[in-house]
Amino acid sequence: MAKELLKGNIAFAEAAVRAGVDAYFGYPITPQTEALEYLSWRMPNLDRAFVQAESELGAINMVYGAACTGRRAMTSSSSPGVSLMMEGLSYIAGTEVPMVLVDVMRGGPGLGNIAPAQSDYNHIVHGGGHGDYYPIVLAPANIQETIDLTYEAFELAEKYRSIVVILIDGSIGQMMEPAELPPMKSRKKQFPEWATDGCEGRPARFLSSIALDPPIQEITNLRILKRWNEVRANEVRYKTYFMEDARYAVVGFGTAGRVSLSAVRAARAEGIPVGLVRPVSLHPFPEQVLGDLSKKLDGMLVVEMNNGQMLDDVRVHTKDRLPISFLGRPGGVIPMEEEVREAIKRLVANPPPIGSDPRDRWFAEICREKGVC
Amino acid sequence: MENTITQKESIVYQRPASFRPAPTHYCPGCTHGIAHRLIAEVVDEMGIREKTIGVASVGCSVFTYRYFNFDFTQAPHGRAPAMATGIKRTLPDKIVITYQGDGDLASIGMGEIAAAAARGENISVFFLNNAIYGMTGGQMAPTTLPGQKTSSSPSGRDVETAGYPVRTSEMLATLDGAGYVVRRSLHSPKEIHRTKKAIRMAFETQLRGLGFSMVEMLSSCPTNWGETPNDAMSWIEDNMMPYYPIGDFKVHPALAEVKI
Repeated sequence: MAKELLKGNIAFAEAAVRAGVDAYFGYPITPQTEALEYLSWRMPNLDRAFVQAESELGAINMVYGAACTGRRAMTSSSSPGVSLMMEGLSYIAGTEVPMVLVDVMRGGPGLGNIAPAQSDYNHIVHGGGHGDYYPIVLAPANIQETIDLTYEAFELAEKYRSIVVILIDGSIGQMMEPAELPPMKSRKKQFPEWATDGCEGRPARFLSSIALDPPIQEITNLRILKRWNEVRANEVRYKTYFMEDARYAVVGFGTAGRVSLSAVRAARAEGIPVGLVRPVSLHPFPEQVLGDLSKKLDGMLVVEMNNGQMLDDVRVHTKDRLPISFLGRPGGVIPMEEEVREAIKRLVANPPPIGSDPRDRWFAEICREKGVC
Repeated sequence: MENTITQKESIVYQRPASFRPAPTHYCPGCTHGIAHRLIAEVVDEMGIREKTIGVASVGCSVFTYRYFNFDFTQAPHGRAPAMATGIKRTLPDKIVITYQGDGDLASIGMGEIAAAAARGENISVFFLNNAIYGMTGGQMAPTTLPGQKTSSSPSGRDVETAGYPVRTSEMLATLDGAGYVVRRSLHSPKEIHRTKKAIRMAFETQLRGLGFSMVEMLSSCPTNWGETPNDAMSWIEDNMMPYYPIGDFKVHPALAEVKI
């Protein structure tokens, strides 16, 4: 199929349609709303389920119900809406039914703003809902990748009976790029052996997250962890750029990774041996590659659109073996390529002491710059 | 001819196929068991056991899935109507029901139930109102009567600070999406009989695609009311029925053809 000019929010919506999504439930919230608008006509035209729910609470529980039938179900939202969904996400995880969520992140906390941000990293990657559970979190950096990952997300969700979150920021949701849509898959005709879709010719089934007997809940939690360990072994994804001869690496995901790539190219043009590691699966985190790189590189720069959330994971998996710097722009601000390039240069010229806190150093600098300290 | 009597024997009263042979966890004198049994009988009578999907709620009825012999899920507190919406919209040919208590439906889940009714969601809701939170040990519910003593209104519900009870059926009946909304009681054989007919009508409403249906059932909680099972039945009649009158608040005109 030919490339077409597609907006991110429309692109993931259509990718989900082509992946065979049976049911979509959502609630309007900027900067994600175009997906809801698009699916409001696209789904009924294909005789599939669509409801504009009364709230994100309603939407996620509609997804929960649809997911229990073994059909492909999804929702999309943005940061404050996803906060409301956390209850349902925990129940869905506890019930071990598959679903797909697209979170188009915006500036927070609270109502914040509608500008692009990456401040839901901890919220999504490290839970947010209660209890032990592990969503698969994928972070595309362009429209094509958003399409490809959404298209694949349903199969991943079903394979591991897991929540899959496509974590993008407002700029990816709103931007237009040429991209190619995949072919239309036919909808599933066979459904899992656990699906509660009417007990015709078989014993009745039951799906819930309840396990009142603690030893049974314990076994459930261990089963969820076992499945997660399979995800960790099989589903790590990342992209590297200019890393073959690199002495330094920038680490950034999504839009921050994309801006960093421009900065890396510019720094390369100035002769700096720097490359980019862009985690695509934030969960499972590409811990092995970062651990290995930490043993041979001279420094790392972590770039995020938040106060340094992935930074903590990078420090854990590199065990602080090498000098690490951080550049963050929280609150809906996108870092400029020049800022990242300058940060690369500072890291090379003045590597910070190994084990020193990258966030503290960044904070001291940005505070002075913004006049807030 | 000596076989004649044997041949004429038939079982006239037995456990419905939709009702599992499981001992319930409900307290003596609780009307949950009656409501369960009525729903199971109707599902059997209509021959829809294999196409019915239930959504349990949070509260004493969290364990309803143990007792019904058809597919069941179990929603977060108050969210059963949203979950049922997801199921029904995905599988429109199935019969989808929720079973909820008054704390679940009329307090934490007020948003979900009102929205489902407003959308005319083709689901059937069985709503047990016993004017108290049972599972957590007898706290004030949205339906607790003025002056009623509970563990969180120990001096009796003071409407000055705790507000007034919610008459959910009357409220939901104002919504155009509601096809069938009635209140019944489970305190006497006569009312139980009428309740069963209403349950049947709720299913008929859904089968005919006439919109949201709900049967509110006045129910007992002898344990948390501090009443004997017998006195609890009188308590429903003496205290609840004056505030929560039995009645049909919304009956879709197309239901007139349904004769039960």
